Amino acid sequence: MATETHAAATDAAHGAADAAHGATTSVCLNEYGGAIGMPQLCGEWMGNQVFWLVVTLVVIFFVLSKIALPRIAGILAERQGSITSDLAAAEDLKHKAVEAEEAYNKALADARAEAGRIVAEAKAEIQSELDAEIAKADAEIAAKSAESEKAIAEIRAGALEAVKEVAKDTAKEIVAAMGGKADAKTITSAIGTRMKG
Amino acid sequence: MEGDIVQMGAYIGAGLACTGMGGAAVGVGHVVGNFLSGALRNPSAAGGQIATMFIGIAFSEALGIFSFLVALLLMFAV
Amino acid sequence: MATETHSTEAAANGAEHAEEGSSLVFHPMDQFIVKPLFGDGPVGTFTITNVTLWMALAVLSIILLLVVGTSRRAVVPGRTQSIAELAYGFVYKMVEDVAGKDGLRYFPYIMTLFMFIVMANMLGLLPMAFTTTSHIAVTAVMAMVVFLSVTIIGFWKNGFGFLSLFWISSAPLVLRPILAIIEVISYFVRPVSHSIRLAGNMMAGHAVIKVFAAFAALLAISPFAVLAITAIYALELLVSFIQAYVFAILTCVYLKDALHPHH
Repeated sequence: MATETHAAATDAAHGAADAAHGATTSVCLNEYGGAIGMPQLCGEWMGNQVFWLVVTLVVIFFVLSKIALPRIAGILAERQGSITSDLAAAEDLKHKAVEAEEAYNKALADARAEAGRIVAEAKAEIQSELDAEIAKADAEIAAKSAESEKAIAEIRAGALEAVKEVAKDTAKEIVAAMGGKADAKTITSAIGTRMKG
Repeated sequence: MEGDIVQMGAYIGAGLACTGMGGAAVGVGHVVGNFLSGALRNPSAAGGQIATMFIGIAFSEALGIFSFLVALLLMFAV
Repeated sequence: MATETHSTEAAANGAEHAEEGSSLVFHPMDQFIVKPLFGDGPVGTFTITNVTLWMALAVLSIILLLVVGTSRRAVVPGRTQSIAELAYGFVYKMVEDVAGKDGLRYFPYIMTLFMFIVMANMLGLLPMAFTTTSHIAVTAVMAMVVFLSVTIIGFWKNGFGFLSLFWISSAPLVLRPILAIIEVISYFVRPVSHSIRLAGNMMAGHAVIKVFAAFAALLAISPFAVLAITAIYALELLVSFIQAYVFAILTCVYLKDALHPHH
């Protein structure tokens, strides 16, 4: 519109510029190379566009369907595959880890049981030894005390004899001093009776 | 003189045609707004409907583009 | 782009514009001009033009991304390979979700369309670039290819059962003929909206950027204009991806209709 009016108004004035520019090559261009109307509606250019569009689309289609799309699909499938196998491997490793933990726990429990057993054995051994020692010591103590009792009894018996002797002598002396004649037999029996009583 | 009147009419018509684009703007806003209010109510279902929203936008926007095209035709091609 | 021609033109037109009292030069549509790359001859069907250049660059970037980027076949991917795999997975899942398992046979075709559109859109955002997808001729061919192949697939898979797509058996019997007419019309409008949506989006974004670029010549509002260009550029980056996505997903929807026409 605007350009059209320009063109009409200044047709003569711009003869020189026109010549410098070269003659107008299209019905859709004014003499300055500007567009007349909408370039989209210029029928003269449509054949060119359609031709190159068809060429372009065919080239893109063959590049995509022969090279690009199979390759990208392959990459994606490969990645999917490796992800799946990695996941499987991870699952495997997880199982192994769980197994290892179980084995460890089992070993730990075994070791604990073993330790308990050893401790109990040692305890039993020590107890039996202790018992034996105690029995031995008791026996020794019993023997020693029996011995001492015997010694005491002997001493006591000895003392009793001595007392009897002393009493007999003393009694004989006392009887003699009182002017009597003490017969040894009587005195002994008398003392024996007294001592018992 | 007669050409000037035709040109004036064409320009006025182009301006009037551009008001059609406002309708397209309202339409697109309506589509997206309703999509959003629906999506906020049920966000889990929203993801699958984005394509539908774009189809709706495309249909309502096309009419605005038509009015713009009419304006361009009046400006440059009549 | 048309910028070189622009500058000479602007120089030539400077006096004229000053006379007219208009300081702004709007040529938002000049960026869509098809020009021969070599020489100034007319544009014939087989001429090598900027269309050829930018489509070739799109092919090159697709090859760089999807073929060279994946050449190491690493199980743990690098950056380029990640993007390639992401693009593959994205389109694959889209086809599977929307068109179903039996739609996966057509996955390479949809991948071709998606990769071409997304690359052409993104390359078109480079400064001085030519956006091939902003031309209705280009998008219309793609949309017509989709429309025709989907129709052929529909009749080939279902025979005349494909026509049950238009006969909505869940509707009341009285309404069915009316709905059938509406369905048929909407079926034939599909390629129109399919192609114009993409071309219109691309054209609109680029034209708006160009308009703001012209505003940047005014000193008073140039900071605002530059900011606006930045913001619109970001929006266009989003739009160029979303439009490729929408084109692909609508193709999948049409494919699903062809494979399973029964409502």
